Amino acid sequence: MIETIQETDNYISSFAKFEKSRASNEHAWLRELRRTALDSFQRLGFPTTHDEEWRFTSVAPITRVPFDLAPDGAAPSAAELESFRFGSWSGIQLVFVNGIYSAKLSSRTERPNGLFAGSLSEALGKHSDLLQAHLGRYASSSEEAFAALNTAFASDGAFVYLPKGCVIEQPIHLLFLSSAEKSESRVCHPRILVLAEENSQAQILESYASLGQGVYFTNAVTELVAGENAFIDHYKLQRESLETFHVSTIQAQLGRSANISTQSISLGAALVRNHVNAVLAGEGGEATLNGFYLVNGRQHVDNHTSIDHAKPHCNSHELYKGILDGKARGVFNGRIIVRPDAQKTDSKQTNKNLILSEEALVNTNPQLEIYADDVKCTHGATIGQLDADSIFYLRSRGIDHESARHLLTYAFAGDFIHRLKIEPLRVALETSLFARLAEGQEER
Amino acid sequence: MLEIKNLHAGIGGKKILQGIDLKVNEGEVHAIMGPNGSGKSTLSQVLAGRETYEVTQGEILYQGKDLLDMAPEERAREGIFMAFQYPVEIPGVNNTYFLKAALNAIHKHRGEPELDAMDFLKLVRAKLKVMEMDESLINRSVNEGFSGGEKKRNEIFHMAVLDPKLAILDETDSGLDIDALKSVAKGVNTLRSPDRAMIVITHYQRLLNYIIPDFVHVLSGGKIVKSGGKELALDLEAKGYGWLEEPVTAGR
Repeated sequence: MIETIQETDNYISSFAKFEKSRASNEHAWLRELRRTALDSFQRLGFPTTHDEEWRFTSVAPITRVPFDLAPDGAAPSAAELESFRFGSWSGIQLVFVNGIYSAKLSSRTERPNGLFAGSLSEALGKHSDLLQAHLGRYASSSEEAFAALNTAFASDGAFVYLPKGCVIEQPIHLLFLSSAEKSESRVCHPRILVLAEENSQAQILESYASLGQGVYFTNAVTELVAGENAFIDHYKLQRESLETFHVSTIQAQLGRSANISTQSISLGAALVRNHVNAVLAGEGGEATLNGFYLVNGRQHVDNHTSIDHAKPHCNSHELYKGILDGKARGVFNGRIIVRPDAQKTDSKQTNKNLILSEEALVNTNPQLEIYADDVKCTHGATIGQLDADSIFYLRSRGIDHESARHLLTYAFAGDFIHRLKIEPLRVALETSLFARLAEGQEER
Repeated sequence: MLEIKNLHAGIGGKKILQGIDLKVNEGEVHAIMGPNGSGKSTLSQVLAGRETYEVTQGEILYQGKDLLDMAPEERAREGIFMAFQYPVEIPGVNNTYFLKAALNAIHKHRGEPELDAMDFLKLVRAKLKVMEMDESLINRSVNEGFSGGEKKRNEIFHMAVLDPKLAILDETDSGLDIDALKSVAKGVNTLRSPDRAMIVITHYQRLLNYIIPDFVHVLSGGKIVKSGGKELALDLEAKGYGWLEEPVTAGR
């Protein structure tokens, strides 16, 4: 218990400094929001493995490091930026270094149809009424310590606002760079709000990457809000360094006939915990929660998803696939709640894991809570190695053993990769997969 | 081309093949028949290089080389092809992509130029025509969602593209209706040639009405108990296997 107090202490004291550093003319509602969140964080404390939801993931490696909340950071070199920006990107790109928006590194020339895509701090001036109405209203700060911590330190981040009928053809890229030098340990709380009003549509890619060799803790919260008949196609690519701890919450709120798809890709970081939650709050909504993890060495990746079917005639699809090598550890928990009112729910959940080594380990747990009687819910989970019969079949046609393994591993990932509608992202993921396969080959 | 000498093999400590001797020359078609459990599948798996089977005695020479010393992919590159009894479904691996990789691995091994996408497509189209197969099959994942007959025809299609020197057909007829059987047999017959040998393994005489063998061998209790010409198959059809089976000896 004493230890827990010390762990949160660092954050409490840095909050005092942070609060003082904020401009005195900041909105009262924002100060209030942060204050309430900090109180929740203090009350909740960091979770431990005694908490059911954290049984397989210990956050001790995060809580024992005294991280600095340091907003400044070295800017990326042109070459680094080029690779993180996927070479050529045709749409809007907003770049954040240690959570702070960099106008210099960003490109946001087109602003069609009343779209706002910019920094949260800028939005606090222009759209403070919208932010007041929506920011922090969906991701739970009262129950989730990490979300509370993020809200307590919410200052900059991204705000994407699609007014009624606004359709954006080119995907919007939100790039978060974690910059820390070798001797440093830094924390950042990126915050994203996407507000899509009636009949609007956009594709958004959030990506996380590292600059420098320092220890880093990324604690991100994304709120996706889709109004009636709005479409949000959201992607998150996490490819930070192995010195990084990454905790995130993606909270999707769907109105009537709204459609949100969120695809979460975890490649980097030593410890990853993703919460992906969707609430189907209007009739006829459709939520897709897909995920992919490719981990090696001692990486630990935990995906906790939750889909709340609150209204009738909603569909949800969920496909999480993982490839684990070395001593990596994977956790998947998929909760689906079908409320008494949510008749004609159609929900499908799948988690498939491919284990490439003797020592990798996966815990998978579907959790269905169904309170309506006229629903269709299916779930399935598999954990397996490459199929020996398939390997032999390929070899007996002349393909060497290593190539056969690669082909089958790629095939396993294929049905996730092919669902990615943003081409540069698909190419980046394929490249990472091939590079990882080549590394594996050298080790063997 | 292939010479099997006193081959003993088994799986998981269980002895299955108890001294097989067989010689196959270029252009010959040999049928190996036998009841269930006689060792037919073990023989085909050992020839293809399945590592789960252990060879305890004897040797196999293929074009004068020690076959047992070669990895499965080396055997394929040296010209051995096996049509599987149960072809596996491989979701996510495109039939054409896979076949092109296989063919080019074989070409590379032989020091022949690799085929580009255009040349390969030309070859595939020509072979499809010969096999009377629909082009849609090859654009799907390997065997995924194929019917039993489609899987077997796909095996013969692979064989047509890879152009092996020695083809082993492991119970290619089992589970096929008569129309599918005729169409598979037709495909096989078009691939018969003076420099290609075939070993046709089957439980039923029926297939041999359509693929006429030069030699028929009866496998029983892990040994070849009788060899003869194509008429031996007809005897088996009339009399069954009972009259040929090895008496069960103690200690087996």
